[in-house]
This record gives sequence, structure tokens and C-alpha cells, in this order.
Amino acid sequence: MKKISIVFVFSILFLSCKKNDKVENTTKKANNINSVKSLNYNELKPYLIKNDSKTHVVNFWATWCAPCVKELPYFEKIGKEYAAENVEVLLVSLDFPKQVEKKLIPFINKRNIKSEVLLLDDPNENIWINAIDSTWSGALPATLIYNTKKRKFYEQSFDYKTLETELKTFLNL
Amino acid sequence: MKIIKSIIVIALVLLTAAFTTIPVDGYKVGDTIEDFKLTSTDGDKISLSDYDDAKGFIIIFTCNTCPYSVANEDRIIALNDKYEDKGFPVIAINPNDPAAQPGDSLDKMKVRAEEKEFNFPYLLDEGQKVYPKFGASRTPHVFIVTKNDMKVQYIGAIDDSSRDPKSVKEKYVENVVDELLAGKKPSVTNTKAIGCSIKTL
Repeated sequence: MKKISIVFVFSILFLSCKKNDKVENTTKKANNINSVKSLNYNELKPYLIKNDSKTHVVNFWATWCAPCVKELPYFEKIGKEYAAENVEVLLVSLDFPKQVEKKLIPFINKRNIKSEVLLLDDPNENIWINAIDSTWSGALPATLIYNTKKRKFYEQSFDYKTLETELKTFLNL
Repeated sequence: MKIIKSIIVIALVLLTAAFTTIPVDGYKVGDTIEDFKLTSTDGDKISLSDYDDAKGFIIIFTCNTCPYSVANEDRIIALNDKYEDKGFPVIAINPNDPAAQPGDSLDKMKVRAEEKEFNFPYLLDEGQKVYPKFGASRTPHVFIVTKNDMKVQYIGAIDDSSRDPKSVKEKYVENVVDELLAGKKPSVTNTKAIGCSIKTL
């Protein structure tokens, strides 16, 4: 019985979300993007070592990576909720370059993703995985949080609470 | 009330700290590995000790559902084509728990093995007991082992371009096996590549 009611609650939540999505989609169609900036590691590097007043949350993901897609809304939410705290979210996609038009761009538009999305297209993974963080094995998803005072790399999935708790250790709140 | 709240906050912070530093356990290059017995898509129980004539093994943790694994399937087939007869067969192991990733069940593995005509055994790590011993963290993830001493000689990527086979400049696994076949120590023993996290409940 408990299970049924949980399923019921969830389906209501799901349905209500879906409705909202539809409304947003129609009202924001004009904001659709039609390209994603593609960078090699040297071009991406400045985004990972910004020396400014912001706290940067950089998530490495791909549309084909199920745990990445699952946690993406939490990164979107944290970018929105903590914008006033000078937090900026960057989504670095590791999608296949061939699938940018067919998968990545439609995905961004459909989900109405607000954070900046870049494509990292650099075959020399053995170099740049270590350069981004020596503890990273290369598995997705992975996240880098940094500001001028602190820098930490996470090879793991996040839920919103864990992400928020981690982020707060970077902010003087 | 305030005290309880702060205790909860502290507990949460400690918990996340405990769980965010993922220990990179498992075999390192030079370690001796334990043999295993896993079911293949042919229904056989496979162990490394079954391979009387082998000089070593190219053990690859891979799966059906990870696009980086799929992008490497042809390269894995080519590796076995080239090295099985020379004494280094490919042994592929799917580390994912089918309960967490239904597309990686033994039945689905059979379908994929037939579709792609895998020329190597494709094993399911039932109960997910083998991959943690290796310390495999992603698919695909390669471990090259010599048979006489069962020692790990190499851990890492197949080559230096997982997403695009046309941009490959360095074939890490081929280089290591060639060196081992020539009686040399591998010159590159650890490499990295992007892959999918291993899926468990």
C-alpha cells in the first residue's frame, strides 16, 4: 500500500513537472541555441583556472551518461539558487563530436539548460585527464569546484543536498 | 533545537567528506592477481587457469550500454584477432550490476556478443565481486596480466583516442603486449581515458 501511494505521489509530481516543461518550452523557444562551442584542452584550460571572485562549479558530463543526465538538474538548480553568491556553473560535455547536432544541441534546448555548455573535443585523454585532476580515473560524471581559495575534484554522482553541502564549504556562509 | 540542527549539519558534512574521497583501491601494476570463475555469454564458467597455452591476458572491463565501450568494440575484436594466437587472449568482463543497468544482463550480453561476433569470451561479473579487486572504475578499463607470475603489467586505456579511432596515435595495449612478447618490461604502465562509471545499486 505504501509503495502504491509513493508511486502515486511520484506520478503526480512527474505529471506536474511535465506540464511546466511544456509551458516553458513554448514560451522560451526563441532562446534555443543552435551551436555549442567546441574546445581542445588548451582552449578549455582558462575556464578551469579563472582567477576571479566567483566560485566555479564545472561538471563533466555527456548526454549518453545516465547518472550525468540524472544529476544535471541539480547543477542547474545550484547555478540558479547561488547566483547571488557568485557561483557559476559550467557544463563540459564529452559527447561524441559527431553527435553534437543530433543529440547535444536538441538535449540542451529540450531541457532548457541555462548553464553554459562547452564541448571538450580533444583525443589526448591520457594527458588532459591527469592535467584536470591527477585523481580522476576518467569515469563520468565528474565535477570540479574551485575558487581562488580552494579547489576540489569529485569523481562521483551528486544529489542536490550533497552538492549544496560541498559548495557551501567553498562559500563563506 | 539549534544544537540538534548544528549536530545534523556537522554529521552531514562529515558523511559527505567520508564519501567524496573515493578510495582508489584494487590492483596496482606489479601486484599479483587472484584468478576468478565467471559465466560467459556461451554459458561456460571461465577461469584464467583454463588457458594452458596463454602467456598472458588482456582483461578488459567493458559493457553493452556505455557508448565509450561500444566505440571500442571493433578495437577489442582486433586486439584478440592479433594477439590470441600469440598467447595474449582478450577476456572481457562486464562489471555492471544488471539490476542497476538492465541493458547489461547476461541475456543482453549474449545478444550483443552475437551481433558483433565477439571472438573473445564476454563474462558477467555476477555479484560484482571481481571488478573491485581489480579496482576497475570505468568501462572500458584494461588490465594486462602475465600468466606465469599472474602479475599486473599495465592498467589503463586501449589507445590514446577513445572517442575517435581515426585519431589514434599511440596504441597503448598493443605496445605493452609487443614489449612483453619481446621479453621486455612495458615502457608505459598506466594511462587514462574517459569512460562510463561502473553501475551498481
